[in-house]
Amino acid sequence: MELYRSHILVCGGTGCVSSDSLKIEERFIDLIEKNDLKNEAKVVKTGCFGLCEAGPIVIVYPEGAFYSQLKVEDVDTIVSEHLVKGRIVTDLLYKESIQEGEMQSINDVGFYKKQERVALRNCGVINPEVIEEYIAYDGYEALGRVLTDMTPEEVIQIVKDSGLRGRGGGGFPTGLKWDFTAKAEGDQKYVACNADEGDPGAFMDRSVLEGDPHVIIESMAIAAYAVGANKGYVYIRAEYPIAVNRLQIAIDQAKDMGLLGENIFDTDFSFDMEIRLGAGAFVCGEETALINSIEGKRGMPRPRPPFPAVKGIFNKPTLLNNVETYANVPQIILRGAEWFSSIGTEKSKGTKVFALGGKINNTGLLEIPMGTTLREAIYDVGGGIPNGKAFKAVQTGGPSGGCIPAAHIDTPIDYDNLIELGSMMGSGGMIVMDEDNCMVDIARFFLDFTVEESCGKCTPCRDGTKRMLEMLDKIAAGTGTVEDLTKLQTLAKTIKNASLCGLGQTAPNPVLSTLHYFMDEYEAHVHEKRCPAGVCKALLNYMVIDEKCKKCGICAAKCPVNCISGTKGKTVYHIDTEQCIKCNACLEACPFDAIKKG
Amino acid sequence: MKELVEKVLTEENFQQLDQQIEKVRGTKGPLMPVLTQAQKIFGCVPYEVQKYVSDELKVPMSDIYGVVTFYSQFSLVPKGEYVVGVCMGTACYVKNAQPILDKISEIIDTKTGETSPDGKFTLEATRCIGACGLAPVITINEDVYGKLDVKDIPGIMKKYQG
Repeated sequence: MELYRSHILVCGGTGCVSSDSLKIEERFIDLIEKNDLKNEAKVVKTGCFGLCEAGPIVIVYPEGAFYSQLKVEDVDTIVSEHLVKGRIVTDLLYKESIQEGEMQSINDVGFYKKQERVALRNCGVINPEVIEEYIAYDGYEALGRVLTDMTPEEVIQIVKDSGLRGRGGGGFPTGLKWDFTAKAEGDQKYVACNADEGDPGAFMDRSVLEGDPHVIIESMAIAAYAVGANKGYVYIRAEYPIAVNRLQIAIDQAKDMGLLGENIFDTDFSFDMEIRLGAGAFVCGEETALINSIEGKRGMPRPRPPFPAVKGIFNKPTLLNNVETYANVPQIILRGAEWFSSIGTEKSKGTKVFALGGKINNTGLLEIPMGTTLREAIYDVGGGIPNGKAFKAVQTGGPSGGCIPAAHIDTPIDYDNLIELGSMMGSGGMIVMDEDNCMVDIARFFLDFTVEESCGKCTPCRDGTKRMLEMLDKIAAGTGTVEDLTKLQTLAKTIKNASLCGLGQTAPNPVLSTLHYFMDEYEAHVHEKRCPAGVCKALLNYMVIDEKCKKCGICAAKCPVNCISGTKGKTVYHIDTEQCIKCNACLEACPFDAIKKG
Repeated sequence: MKELVEKVLTEENFQQLDQQIEKVRGTKGPLMPVLTQAQKIFGCVPYEVQKYVSDELKVPMSDIYGVVTFYSQFSLVPKGEYVVGVCMGTACYVKNAQPILDKISEIIDTKTGETSPDGKFTLEATRCIGACGLAPVITINEDVYGKLDVKDIPGIMKKYQG
């Protein structure tokens, strides 16, 4: 094996790739070649480092220099200064990694300090397209140990003892699920991985698949051994081309090395797996809908029972877990159930990966121990709210979750606490909202999503969510009534109780939680015909702030309906709100910020 | 639209589809993978292609039509030369993706989910593409534009209007 004096880790996650990290990688390879450093420096394309906000990111080891927001031309400087002359380019470093003029370890930076990486441990560390790198980080050791040293019962017992719960949303104990599938009768069984991550604003599973695809293969093989299956399916969204590609590479490599296929590790155990692509239907994240989709049908949920553990894919017993759940398993086998259950809270063990986004400084991917408070996640790891705005709410659980207001920001994050607050863990999306977000509008946004994604099988979800959306539209348009508010609540409860699957049962949550915590905003829309956050277009009024107006007339020139009057250089301008079509053109055009809406 | 569909129904495309069908023949549940490939090859899955798949895989037309219309990745008519996707994931939405969508719709005079009459643009409000660090994001075919403001839109669209 060759040794290098420098390793250049280039983030190859979707976020960084979208901002040209692949060109940066190419430039490094080019310049290293030109400077004759090929035997001294190695470029490694890794999975996501997590801090997407600072992308594209490059880390140079052994110094651990964390370069952020790079442009392709910056690579020239890094190569000539850092790689050739050994001088770290301080100007290009992530600014928080410099303390009193000294570069500190990236693990001491606010964003990483409180994190504990289990599921993401290899993301941003290894090259996901090279199986040897995964193996060097204890990869496939857990599978080896399981196949040669343990009985299926022992494997299930460890997973049970660890307290691991499903990371896809519901939080069902993973060990129990494995046990049910193992005990189900059937000549053929399947294991499947749910990588149909459809929650808007959530990208944990994608990052695991992009950054550490082998962990899913290893874990599914372990699961297959435990439940007695020999075939696995990974169901991935077609919207994740990089993840699909890397997982396919990983599967091919594992087959070449005999880690998938017949008689793995010279035992009787054989296991093979294949990728199935989703085709853009949120409901397919629901397990029975996913099973229908794998079978080549419309992705509509089936009534449960029978549960997939008894009758799953092609009516055979099927174990279905989410990507992040699987990503924890090899570590649990290697380090023991006790180690895993020592992290987290009483009922929620281990860590959880969240995709932090919205009005937050450090947008990105974080993995924190269960029991970390929302405040720690948002302020310590997330770096707080940008532009000095006030925190209003955090939305967890995507379209199935709810909005948690500032009053509950000190709540420790675990499955049960979030449910108690009217939200849920979901797959781990965490969207932060500030004072400029209207909660009626947010509820409407999620309802619009569920209406579109409802599969149409059961009436409460298909028609109920549509009726709710109509009421929210009315409220946002300023024609809502007090009765609408009560009707919304009644209908929401009916939909929760009567829907067939999880999508419908949780669809009203965004409305219920905002009604509960932000009733004042709904009332302002209904009674005062006012949108306090200034979002709902129909309720907006544009006004000139007299003191700020410089009488330049630019606004009047831009107005498409000529409703702004005044005399250039002489009088302050005035907007005729009756005529105004609220197109926002004047506000965008004013060079002095003299126009406000509200 | 009819002419646009006819344009993609070439012999060469059907040959490619044949190869894909052969790859999965005999496996369990081959319909979705075949339709995914068909969408890639033809750029859409119109009636003629559905019929062909139905004959080859011995799956009833009604099932195939049901599947094609259920999933948003399949379309019955070809998409425009440039597919403009405005991410409407939550992270983008709370950072003003809606005004950006409105602006693009205004510039190319095409409603969301539709293709411009000249076949140049298709405007889509897409699900989260996972580039939340760049919110709000739009994609135009393979190009990604992030951290956008409504003001940036006319300049970007100009590049493609040509």
